[in-house]
Amino acid sequence: MRTIAEYLPEHPFFDGLDAPTMDLVVGCARNVHFDEGSTIFRTGEPAETFYVVRRGDIALEVHDPNRGGLTVASLGPGEVVGWSWLVPPYRWMFDARATSLVRAVALDGACLRGKCADDPVLGYALMQRVAQVMYGRLQDARVRLLDLYGSQP
Amino acid sequence: MTAGLAERAAPVDPMLPRRFHVVDTHLETRDTVTLSLVPEDGVDLAFAAGQFTMMHAFGVGEVPISISGDPAGGVLKHTIRDVGAVTHALVRAPRGAVVGVRGPYGTGWEVERGAGGDVVVVAGGIGLAPLRPALLQLAAHRSEYKRVVLLYGARSPEDILFGDDLDLWVREHDIDVAVTVDYGPPSWTGRVGLVTTLVARAGFDPHTCQALVCGPEVMMRYAATALVDRGVPPGRIRLSMERNMKCGVGLCGHCQMRELILCVDGPVFDYDQLAPLMDIREL
Repeated sequence: MRTIAEYLPEHPFFDGLDAPTMDLVVGCARNVHFDEGSTIFRTGEPAETFYVVRRGDIALEVHDPNRGGLTVASLGPGEVVGWSWLVPPYRWMFDARATSLVRAVALDGACLRGKCADDPVLGYALMQRVAQVMYGRLQDARVRLLDLYGSQP
Repeated sequence: MTAGLAERAAPVDPMLPRRFHVVDTHLETRDTVTLSLVPEDGVDLAFAAGQFTMMHAFGVGEVPISISGDPAGGVLKHTIRDVGAVTHALVRAPRGAVVGVRGPYGTGWEVERGAGGDVVVVAGGIGLAPLRPALLQLAAHRSEYKRVVLLYGARSPEDILFGDDLDLWVREHDIDVAVTVDYGPPSWTGRVGLVTTLVARAGFDPHTCQALVCGPEVMMRYAATALVDRGVPPGRIRLSMERNMKCGVGLCGHCQMRELILCVDGPVFDYDQLAPLMDIREL
């Protein structure tokens, strides 16, 4: 059975991190799994965790009292979930729900923040990667706002 | 001498539509209809996957519409979205109505260029219609290709085209189909997000695959970028362009894009030929 230290560096999010830096990350990590349909986190709860998805699919949702859960994005293997652990006030802005059996690595947000503060190399490397994820999701959201399929002749 | 001239066949007027009868209409989504057409003169219209025709609603006008039927034969099919006066008349044409058809015109997908390797098809919205003939061709010759992947983005679950085909391609033709929508209601259990997000996750060999992309031009730009980022050579990405086509035969110049006349040189191009032109706003 492979350990977190063995498979976490293979995740695309950590591509390019050297072994000593990766060891710092692994020190904040634990394995988690979520059954299909289960809630991973809810809007407004303290955001203390950062999930690195290994298997399964996750829906990021906003709950509407009249319509139920509205999915704003779907995430899966090779992706990461959550950056609210990085930005005060450290509260989730969306719900996350497992839409199939999810296996992930949960990274403790406070632990990571502490190590980033102590080690600027780790801090910069993680910030670069989180910024890249945020950039991709922002681009995705902007293009979807254009409603390309709805307005094109 | 005069008699000899008279015996020659009169040249076919490229602007003269042939008459086709609507033999079936199928409502694909709330605003999109597939028309099945047979020629009044009995001469079938042979075409290559990716080509288009100029469709004529008599008394209303003419528009370019990609062929969505099977290039191997059968009834001619066009899938039309109701977005303007001519398309509105066409989608409302009842069974038995007569419409005009000129063509087929333009270049095709050249699906066979992907033989022996993986093929990834990226479609957005109504862009799946011009790709359907290519997918039918891939399904018919499935053993000649390795992995075949369809990545399809639609506005909402209600806007997903060819649902029966998607199921069939997965079930019987070993085609990996991934669908994502921009807006998912609570009842939707599938993926929500831009179609380009599927590119990074899809299983295909980027270095040897052939990619076919069709959708709104902005979507195609992002999709082509995502494919290149994944490692697909630009010369192995084919895009179908539609800009202001009016005559379909390269006479009017409305669809000119610098040195390219889209209706004649295209509509399907290699991305390495198009990429330098797509960002020039004056074109």
